Amino acid sequence: MLKRRVIPTLLFKDNVLVKGKNFLSNRPVVSAIESVKTYDLREVDELIFNDILASTKNIEPDYNMISEISKECFVPLVVGGGIKNLKIIENLLRNGADKVSINTWGVKDPDLLKQASKEFGSQCIVGSLDYKKSKNNKVFTICGTQIENYNILEMAEIFEQNGCGELIITSIDNDGNLCGYDVDILQKIKKKIKIPLIASGGCGSYDHMLEVFKDANVDAVAAASIFHFSKMTPREAKKYLFSKGINVRN
Amino acid sequence: MSEIEKKICIIDYGSGNIGSVSNVLNKLNLNYCVSNSIEDFKNSSHFILPGVGSFGSAMKKLNQSIDIDKLEYEILNNKKPILGICVGMQLMAEFGYEFGKSKGLGWIKGNVEIIKTSGLILPHIGWNSVKVKKNNSLLNNEEKNKDFYFVNSYYFNIENNDQVIATTEYGMNFPSIISFKNIYGVQFHPEKSQKPGKKLIFDFINSN
Repeated sequence: MLKRRVIPTLLFKDNVLVKGKNFLSNRPVVSAIESVKTYDLREVDELIFNDILASTKNIEPDYNMISEISKECFVPLVVGGGIKNLKIIENLLRNGADKVSINTWGVKDPDLLKQASKEFGSQCIVGSLDYKKSKNNKVFTICGTQIENYNILEMAEIFEQNGCGELIITSIDNDGNLCGYDVDILQKIKKKIKIPLIASGGCGSYDHMLEVFKDANVDAVAAASIFHFSKMTPREAKKYLFSKGINVRN
Repeated sequence: MSEIEKKICIIDYGSGNIGSVSNVLNKLNLNYCVSNSIEDFKNSSHFILPGVGSFGSAMKKLNQSIDIDKLEYEILNNKKPILGICVGMQLMAEFGYEFGKSKGLGWIKGNVEIIKTSGLILPHIGWNSVKVKKNNSLLNNEEKNKDFYFVNSYYFNIENNDQVIATTEYGMNFPSIISFKNIYGVQFHPEKSQKPGKKLIFDFINSN
């Protein structure tokens, strides 16, 4: 049986990892490579690595950085940020990414997702969507700065129809606030789509993970602040989840 | 064969996971090359045949990039151990049925067919357990139910059940480790399966 996954999210900006609240005021964490080495030792199931500068400044991802990181990463590596064409995806995969996560440019032009999944296989195209519950669940792009016309449920279906292999759904309101995932929305999305669903935004405890696995039946949880700013680790999270009957890799 | 003489050749035919496989061999401090040259085939003691993508396109690339007769001489005549990874393992079959019928290397009897998932979504992607059926040099009994990372829609429907060392369940049970004499294959990606994956590659090199 396939295992449920626990995935740390790393945000990268100017050679350091950062973590913010509600997509704002990013605090530096540590060097990217050191962090990836540590996570590799802590038996995470996968790593999500987002280059924030690439998406906000509309520049290409830092391929050298991705290449260095992949040398220390022996689990699947998902890379996101600034992915707007097939050439960028090809370069990322060549530099050691196993999957790419597409957000802004997939919302603006879902055909990009269709072309990408046809060219590289749906297994390596991860759709990533951010939304605000406080704004009628509307989707936001460009690192949460631009409101879009669709709500999160509509856009999740569009992403699936256009060939994404998985979906990461992030609540901007909950991001960095350690208040728990938005279980309600995730439940609704899970009922609409068949592809694996990754919950993101708001994780502050192992119980939050347990809650979203049990109540929304998600396939994976992504978390950042809890691992960066507390003593909680992915390994301990999985031990706890396993003890509560969640089928995680241990 | 002593440690010093072991030299691994990662067969270079443009497969996407060559980089990840090289990263693992680097970490394990093993002597290796990434090559498609006959000279390197002759000088290597072990081979790894990586693979991602579809059967047909991988086989086509393999035919274009390497002299298959020379590789077969090292594997079938000189009995040098080889490990096929994912599509690299599938290429050892007689035929593949992904996007039409294509001829494989035919080293192991059987065909590569789509997984009968009973409604589960394809590709089969993620960490899944590998159940060991037979004693072997890749995974020992203490590691009976280890999880490995999979990305596949097709499986090797192998003719001789004795050549199935381990199986994995996803809608059906399919072979996840196979072996026949000096030829080994894994359906999962050991290069992306963290410690258990590194250990499997290390054990393949050291016990063969």
